[in-house]
Amino acid sequence: MFKLSDMSYKNQRILIILLFSLVPIVLLFTFAYLPVIKMFQYSFTNWNGLSKTMEYVGFDNYKTIFTKPEYFAVFKVSLYYFFATFVQMGLALYFATILSFNVRMKNLFKGILFFPTLLNGVAIGFIFLFFFKPDGTLDTILQMIGLESLQQKWLLNPKLINISLAGASLWRYMGMNFIIFLGAISSIGKDIYEASDIDGANRWHQFRHIILPSIRRILQLNLILAVSGAIGVFEIPYVMTGGSNGSGTFVIQTVDLAFKYSKLGLASAMAVVLLGIVLIVTVLQRVLIKEEA
Amino acid sequence: MNKSKTAMGLMTLTLMASLFAGCSSNNNANNEPAATTGNAGTSTEATTAPTDAAKDIKGDITVITQRTDIVDTVFKDYAAKFNEKYPDVKVNFEALATYEDQIKIRMSTKDYGDVLLLPTSVAIKDLPDFFEPLGKISDLEQQYTGLEERTVDGISYGIPITVNFSGVIYNKQVFKDAGITEVPRTIDQFMAALQSIKDKTKAVPLYTNYAAGWTLTQWEADLATVAGDRDYVNIGQVASDDNFVKGQPHYDLYKVLFDAAQKGLIEEDPTTTDWESSKADLANGKIGTMMLGSWAIGQIKGLATNPDDIGFMPFPTNASKILVPLSDDYNLGVSIHSKNKEAARAWVDWFINESGYPTTEGGGMSPVKGAELPEILKQFDGTDVTFDTLAPAKAGEEGWVDAIDKEAEIGLWQPDFKKVIIEAAIGNRKESYDDIMRDLNDKWKAARAKITAQ
Repeated sequence: MFKLSDMSYKNQRILIILLFSLVPIVLLFTFAYLPVIKMFQYSFTNWNGLSKTMEYVGFDNYKTIFTKPEYFAVFKVSLYYFFATFVQMGLALYFATILSFNVRMKNLFKGILFFPTLLNGVAIGFIFLFFFKPDGTLDTILQMIGLESLQQKWLLNPKLINISLAGASLWRYMGMNFIIFLGAISSIGKDIYEASDIDGANRWHQFRHIILPSIRRILQLNLILAVSGAIGVFEIPYVMTGGSNGSGTFVIQTVDLAFKYSKLGLASAMAVVLLGIVLIVTVLQRVLIKEEA
Repeated sequence: MNKSKTAMGLMTLTLMASLFAGCSSNNNANNEPAATTGNAGTSTEATTAPTDAAKDIKGDITVITQRTDIVDTVFKDYAAKFNEKYPDVKVNFEALATYEDQIKIRMSTKDYGDVLLLPTSVAIKDLPDFFEPLGKISDLEQQYTGLEERTVDGISYGIPITVNFSGVIYNKQVFKDAGITEVPRTIDQFMAALQSIKDKTKAVPLYTNYAAGWTLTQWEADLATVAGDRDYVNIGQVASDDNFVKGQPHYDLYKVLFDAAQKGLIEEDPTTTDWESSKADLANGKIGTMMLGSWAIGQIKGLATNPDDIGFMPFPTNASKILVPLSDDYNLGVSIHSKNKEAARAWVDWFINESGYPTTEGGGMSPVKGAELPEILKQFDGTDVTFDTLAPAKAGEEGWVDAIDKEAEIGLWQPDFKKVIIEAAIGNRKESYDDIMRDLNDKWKAARAKITAQ
């Protein structure tokens, strides 16, 4: 009979390592790699998402995407989210720095700032829909503080809609950035602050010369995440406006193609293109940042 | 050393055991419905000897429905009544909130119930891969109307759960307050009526329900009325390269929407409309008109303080004859993977013919031939308004409208270009109405060339 103890210690170790890694690898393969492989496969077909038959059409789908400018025009919308990213990181860094010093009711504020991250994206969409409504929350607040003149139709005005949506997105994701920054800042030793205090540094000096250099890596990481996030914006505009009135993004367009027009092949090709763009942007950022450092 | 080895061995074993346990328990869960279905079929054999064919039918069936609101109430009663006739069939229900999206994903497996609604997004030609044939259309036609829409090569795969008619639902009190004495018939009269609602009352003349999106697709159902021709939708449209050109039905149909939006005859901020509250607003005179189907009438009347205020009129048209198109709601069919096809078929027939659903809960007309017109349509008896189904596509051209539409990414039954029209009308876009129509026509032309060439 097979007994584990008959095997050499080395072989036992190998066996156990293999067995233990089997679970995560199977999960990873089934839910991450297999869908991606399938996506690549579909992108070369004209599958409608349900039919039993699919025809291979070669690079036709890719040709369609790269020859029709309207598929890429939507990336303009991503720019709004891209710029919102910087505001978002700035605010997150600002709050993280303040709350890493001794402040009254520190934990309460931490909780308040992190709270939106815990909410479901769809719920946030509905909350902000109400927020931006005529006579909704935002207009009411403006009226309360005597700024009636600023009241707008936030989602109707094509110049404002993307700014409004990017604002909602900012609110949603700032908590995550904030908590990462806070973690990074807390890892800086207390003695360094003490030493700088003795040297007569004020808060700004401490931020400029101690905090910022120490969390540089995390700052870069957050930036990469934020930029790829900006390229792949989806849930907030999808829930709030369904991509209408000029708020459509690349991912919304992909979803529409797949499920409204049953062009799953073309949509898969678009997803592959998006994946490519995110990869390129990430690599580019890493290269540029490395050179600088 | 030895001890730790055994410990390790144990751990490995537990790990493996738990792995398999996990798998097998999952399998059980998946197989359970199928297994019980089989059992139920055999275990009831010993019961009283069957006297007629109905009693021979046995088994468990799962009926999937989109009516989350009444699945636990009305449908339970249906099942009880059904069992009086078919005592050995056990009916289970499953309601899906976003029916179309969810059922489509489930249909990529074999487990999508026994009786279900045919998703409209499934290409017509693919229906035989998923649904059991219900019979030849030439036979079934004797009994039901509206079968053409889900028929492939002369074989029907579904029977409509109700037949809808589409047009304008309006509030009679608002019309009275605005001084409109006669129901508008032509497009010009209709626009004038909207204008006087705006001038004389506080109500929103025409509520678009832009934000909900799908509500805008209801306009497309009125195409046949504007064309005044039952052949137009499935035959005329497919034969024409100029589907969106000035003077064509599509152009006139959406011009109403564009003009209303441009003249400020719609809600103040379309981007934040709310479907649920719009029903109550129409019911209580805050809204004059909405373009919807008959299925909405019951829901709106239910919210009205005076249900008699809610009226239905045909979409305005310049055509000589007023045609109100009758069209299928969802069609009911039997899954090809069903284990109790006889019982499933029995449910389909019973549901359409005897449950009363088509007129009561469905709110439209029964697809059964010779069924009576609903109350709200009695007013049109003896007028020049006719109700008729759309002519089916020519043989060999079935599903072309849909195929061209998808290929062109126009979205006749999607909200997208309707939203663009509203956005352009209120000045959010630079395109004029003619630009939008030209663009749609170009797409149509290119896609039509491609589809008809196949």
